[in-house]
Amino acid sequence: MADYLPHTPEEVATMLALVGVDSLEGLYAHVPSAVRLAGGLDLPAGVSEPDAAALVAGYGARNGARASELVCFAGAGAYDHEVPPVVRALAGRSEFVTAYTPYQPEVAQGVLQAIFEYQTLVARLAGLPIANASLYDGATALVEALNMAHGATGRSRMLVSSGVHPHWRAVARTFAAGTGHEVVEVPLVGGRTDWSGLDPEGVAAVVVAYPNYLGVLEDPAEAKALAESVGALLVVAGDPVAAGVLRSAGSWGADVFVGEGQPFGTALSFGGPYLGLFACAEDQVRRLPGRIVGETLDTEGRRAYVTTLRAREQDIRREKATSNVCTNQTLMAVTAAIQLGWLGTAGLREVATRCAQGAHYLFDELVGLEGVTPVTTEPFFREFALRLRRPAREVIARLAQEGILAGVALEALVGPGDRSIDAPEDVLLVAVTERRTRAEIDHYVAAMRGALQ
Amino acid sequence: MTASPAGRASSAPLMGRDAEPTLFEISVPGRHAYQLRTTDVPARPLAELVPTAHLAEAPVAIAEVSERDLVGHVTRLSHRQFSVDLGMYPLGSCTMKYNPKFCDAVAADPGLASVHPAAPAALTQGWLEVLVDLEERLCAITGMAAATLQPAAGAAGELTGLLLMRAYHESRGDVRRRVIIPDSAHGTNPASVTLGGYEVTTVPSNDRGLVDLEALRGVLGPDVAGIMLTNPNTLGLFEEEIVEIAAAVHEVGGLLYYDGANLNAILGVVRPGDMGFDIVHMNLHKTFATPHGGGGPGAGPVAVAAHLADFLPGPRAVREGAGFTWATPPRSIGRVHGWHGNALVLARALAYIHVHGAEGLTRVAQHAVLNANWLRRRLAAILPAAHDRMCMHECTLRATPLKDAYGVRALDVAKALLEEGFHAPTVYFPLIVDEALMFEPTETESPQTLEALAQAIERIAVRAATDPEGLHRAPQTTPVARVDEARAARHLVATADAPRP
Repeated sequence: MADYLPHTPEEVATMLALVGVDSLEGLYAHVPSAVRLAGGLDLPAGVSEPDAAALVAGYGARNGARASELVCFAGAGAYDHEVPPVVRALAGRSEFVTAYTPYQPEVAQGVLQAIFEYQTLVARLAGLPIANASLYDGATALVEALNMAHGATGRSRMLVSSGVHPHWRAVARTFAAGTGHEVVEVPLVGGRTDWSGLDPEGVAAVVVAYPNYLGVLEDPAEAKALAESVGALLVVAGDPVAAGVLRSAGSWGADVFVGEGQPFGTALSFGGPYLGLFACAEDQVRRLPGRIVGETLDTEGRRAYVTTLRAREQDIRREKATSNVCTNQTLMAVTAAIQLGWLGTAGLREVATRCAQGAHYLFDELVGLEGVTPVTTEPFFREFALRLRRPAREVIARLAQEGILAGVALEALVGPGDRSIDAPEDVLLVAVTERRTRAEIDHYVAAMRGALQ
Repeated sequence: MTASPAGRASSAPLMGRDAEPTLFEISVPGRHAYQLRTTDVPARPLAELVPTAHLAEAPVAIAEVSERDLVGHVTRLSHRQFSVDLGMYPLGSCTMKYNPKFCDAVAADPGLASVHPAAPAALTQGWLEVLVDLEERLCAITGMAAATLQPAAGAAGELTGLLLMRAYHESRGDVRRRVIIPDSAHGTNPASVTLGGYEVTTVPSNDRGLVDLEALRGVLGPDVAGIMLTNPNTLGLFEEEIVEIAAAVHEVGGLLYYDGANLNAILGVVRPGDMGFDIVHMNLHKTFATPHGGGGPGAGPVAVAAHLADFLPGPRAVREGAGFTWATPPRSIGRVHGWHGNALVLARALAYIHVHGAEGLTRVAQHAVLNANWLRRRLAAILPAAHDRMCMHECTLRATPLKDAYGVRALDVAKALLEEGFHAPTVYFPLIVDEALMFEPTETESPQTLEALAQAIERIAVRAATDPEGLHRAPQTTPVARVDEARAARHLVATADAPRP
């Protein structure tokens, strides 16, 4: 049995005496015996850290997809970017890791200022004036954007492009059961959202992904025109790395930007903890979900930071709060600020450019193979979808034997009846980051050729 | 009880006193830190790859700093930040216990951290095993049948639980309108109820600080979907009539939701399932010691009784033969997270459970309750308890005597504690207690540390009598003094680019 308790038996006895009971069990004398657990928890006995280390090492060793085994060409919102030792060291400082929400700003200026810097960076990437202190992930950031649109318009109909990540749409559907929102998934035709023929009545939000989950750079101006014509908010779901070189959501007229911030310093981590990016226009600030840090002064006139506009939040406003968010993803936000500081203006541009260069190089090579056709001829940025003459999951299994994680099988990503793609079982989604070398890409192409023969 | 109180995070200044410029203020055009792999990928201009209509005219301005300056900047920020590793953090309701470094090391294992979330099940058997092992253990701890690990934090778990409640009732053709919440509840409860599509009915606490059973019976009816309860409640008191409460709610066809914020108090002693709860969320960042990260990431798994298992979010990792696969429950409410939940947080919690085992977890609860009760007794002469009897893992005390005698309020005591090198307790919560100071010492603080905290409060009480004005100005030895919150709200400056007032 192991634990982290400091108390000696003598100290326990002395403390019990002050409390006035004669055993640790006696502390629970007032808990009704009818509900007390007899015989203890049905769990294995505890073991020391070194013994537990052997136990947990097995978990990682049984993941065939770990980076030491497979070179990653999978994306779908989770990307294998460089995270340098300096970012890991700084983001891993225990002052950030073991603090909590900055309720006492006098001793939390470190986290508060780091969040302020993060908000500044997210706002710049979004091309919008306001960003919050983080949400759980991209999917839940989308849900909060829909709730904001409902608050802004009093309407409940959400036109969500099927180019939005299938999981994000699934999460939006789940939470709509509570809010009563109607989530209308607008189909993709040839990789682009078909906004025609929609009932414009009662629309609160128009949501477009830029690029969409198939990698396609759609024209957000179409979605903007639709949103404007019906008085709805335009929500742009963006790839934050692409945002380093693409026109910003704000420049397309977005009222809200949401995104998945994992590419900024967070490892693939089997999907979490990730980082929900959220930015919005000035006129939506009172409806912002979650925390926001503001600059102010202390009583001696020094610059200081504090969580602000608190009257929106659940601990003050309770059932009338703009969101129920309390604990969010601060450490990932701090990490993103540090990673962006490391990349800098030139580095982010370089990373985004190299992603696009690698993706286009691989795309050009793969579409030259027999049995491979592109799903669409639309422009793409760093990710693309291919139709293969064999099922994508078989191809993934085959390429794994050659040390490659070939991508994401759309069949596994989209739900039944999804209106974004036909025959998803044949479709492979492939992403390239700045970490992929030409040798790795050439190896991928050769392996794919073999797999399709 | 101890001759020599423990060390504490005290010096003057307490931490970095000088303001730190922002990342943008230390930026110098042309400077950079990044280094990337040599890839030999053909370097075609972006304008050849992407239609220029999509490209920004200028790159987004980030910052331009050297690696050394970045390290200095972030390290100095860290010196302006209190943390559990630095000192005692008795923030009630938040369970700021020591976070074992071992669990961090487990999460850093590249075998876990480098795995893509969409990799096929055959290539992620280790991860699926982590999820199944954790789910089984959490069910054993809570006395429930099955769980979802997707919710990313406690509030996400609450909303998931409410959607489960809704799906359950709707599956029976049962339309229900209200969810009952005690007046002592966390703010996330009513906020989640609204998002779950229900109306809040508040039930008052009685003079013992517990749910008023008669009042509860008065608000129950066939339109009640359920009740959300924290037990021990937010006053740190065990709801002794839980069996009667459960019977009354079940009687009208409602479900019992257990808010696991205070689960640390009862590990191995009493299980929510045995108390009659149908739905339970856990805050792994509290009870299972995963670090709070300055405000996340957390993890808020939701466990349910057997009659609700078919509604759980999916996909869930499940056993299949000798291995593991994904399966979505037949009447699933759907996904509540973009992927599988905060996986690395889940792995940390599993490592914590491996180390502690059944007996270790029980000792955790017992010592958390011991520390809170000792502190309650030790401070009784200065800060009387809101309800002076056995508490659980936290004690809600009142600064009312200091306010009445010297005009010194709970907020002043909290701020003075910062000067003394301790994090403040939770103040002015629960809302039903006057001048509330909620202390949760947690089990990992030693008796010497508790004694040092008690002596600090004794010094503050002396200052209250001799220099109350000084306490209104506290803290003075911290990186900044009290901040002007009204100014921040009046003129929002949320980015470095915002216009200043």
